[in-house]
Amino acid sequence: MSVRCLDGGESCLVVELGDVIELALNRQVRALGLALEQARMKGVLEAVPTHRSLAIYYDPLTIDRDALKTQILLLYGSLVDQGDQTPRVVEIPTVYGGEYGPDLEFVARHSGLSRDEVVRLHSEPLYHVYLLGFIAGFPYLGDLAERLAVPRLSTPRLKVKAGSVGIGGRQTGIYPIESPGGWRIIGRTPLRLFDPSSEAPTAILPGDKVRFVRIEPHEYERGQSGCL
Amino acid sequence: MDAFEVVRPGLLTTVQDLGRIGYQKYGVPTSGTMDRTALRAANLLLDNEEGLAGLEATAEGPTLRALLDLVVAIVGADMQPLVDGRPVECGTAICIRSGQILELQRARRGLRAYLAIAGGIDVPVMLGSRSTCIPAAFGGVQGRALCQGDRLPIGLAGRQPMALSGRRLPSGWVEPIGEVLTVRVVLGPQGNQFTPEGIRTFLSGAYRLTPQMDRMGARLQGPPIAHRSGADIISDSTPLGAVQVPPDGQPMILLADRQTTGGYTKIAVVVQEDIFRLGQATPGQVIRFRQISVSEACDALRAYEGRFDALRRAWQSLLGERGSYSLSLGARSYQVGVEGGRGTYRVSLKGAERKSEDAEEQ
Repeated sequence: MSVRCLDGGESCLVVELGDVIELALNRQVRALGLALEQARMKGVLEAVPTHRSLAIYYDPLTIDRDALKTQILLLYGSLVDQGDQTPRVVEIPTVYGGEYGPDLEFVARHSGLSRDEVVRLHSEPLYHVYLLGFIAGFPYLGDLAERLAVPRLSTPRLKVKAGSVGIGGRQTGIYPIESPGGWRIIGRTPLRLFDPSSEAPTAILPGDKVRFVRIEPHEYERGQSGCL
Repeated sequence: MDAFEVVRPGLLTTVQDLGRIGYQKYGVPTSGTMDRTALRAANLLLDNEEGLAGLEATAEGPTLRALLDLVVAIVGADMQPLVDGRPVECGTAICIRSGQILELQRARRGLRAYLAIAGGIDVPVMLGSRSTCIPAAFGGVQGRALCQGDRLPIGLAGRQPMALSGRRLPSGWVEPIGEVLTVRVVLGPQGNQFTPEGIRTFLSGAYRLTPQMDRMGARLQGPPIAHRSGADIISDSTPLGAVQVPPDGQPMILLADRQTTGGYTKIAVVVQEDIFRLGQATPGQVIRFRQISVSEACDALRAYEGRFDALRRAWQSLLGERGSYSLSLGARSYQVGVEGGRGTYRVSLKGAERKSEDAEEQ
């Protein structure tokens, strides 16, 4: 698929590089975002990378849309795919099930697996961080084992606790702050993943790799008091 | 320095500036004022930088006790402001003495009133902004709406209060919302995921604002908009003012505290000026959408910014910026020099001098 430039109003240009959720494509999106940041173009306010597109917010009275498009296509043309050279691996200690993961039971039943098998399948892979979105610091992680793919809640919970680990479709994610949410909650981490007092406010960044590490409830309590 | 103590917080009063730029890639909403026009005008009235933080009061305003002598300006919804029980005017600079009580009442017209204070509200800057981010509970005053007993610190005021007298937002400078609010939109980013009939419905139907509206977004109700093949997309970025259409075909406009990404099709994005007008609309308001092109939207934005430039120029000349003007009266022409400021102006006219305390007389 070729590059598509879509209108997101008069001050946003959405540059779509493809239409699938796929590692290589996502890497291109991030690379383009990075190249744009480094180019420090006048009038460009911010760029938001998602699975397969980069949204560019700009001041149209400073930079003209056609000029911006031309620049973007030039940047895109000069990208060199260097792969994920040495991605950072972030370990997420997680208590599964019980009050920490109220939907573990449902996921087990739905997938015809035991709870332990669900936990094993969830904590085995090294997940790729596709993007941060939805709420502050929420990482979209993939790919989840096909057998764990379950439908979302038909009515989202009004309050999902901070640190909750959820699954939705072929993805898994972590709610860094308390918020409403429709994903199935199978566990919780004591780690603080969002800190607005820091200029780099999130513990996980797009392009990182994430692994869930099973811990016991008493370790969770220790972790919360900052001993991990 | 604390400017105000909160006596009654009102329904939902938050500290807001022009929002958080550069952190959406971390999933952090932009937040910021829901009516940028009103906050900017209130700041301009006080010679504040336009991006300084003020209070956003919703539907029913707060009651505040002044802890210092202050100059404030109120723009936006008419909350019939009172100082020690006496009515004061919106759209002007208001002097308040230490100990006096400023009360904003229920909104008579519009939804949100903006209170700017000379010097700006000086809560800590977090991720580049002082705006309250309610969804992630940070910014503003402890990441939440004001509570009784909160104190609001201010920064250093620039001009002396006297220099601000005589300023008034021209009546009609902000066009009030009529029976029908026509909102201009640019189609896209997913305009092509709707049937031609769906687009026609969207652009011709009358939609009503439902009570499900807050700082995150506003749900509308009206003729359902038909998708070509479903409402789901691979999640992407959600611009301010995006009109998202979920499976039921009822549009939702995404506003200041919106999620940074979303998985539903977006049929169009509202042009900036009209997003801020939406910030004053109340439930039940009838809304129609009118399509314009990107270049027309840029022209509209240029004209909108031009109105702020005009205000700045008008008020700057009132402030007695030093200057020399030629004045023609009948057949004769004069050189007029103006200098001074802070309420006292020295105007020289062909060598003759006259002083005045009142800038408007000049």
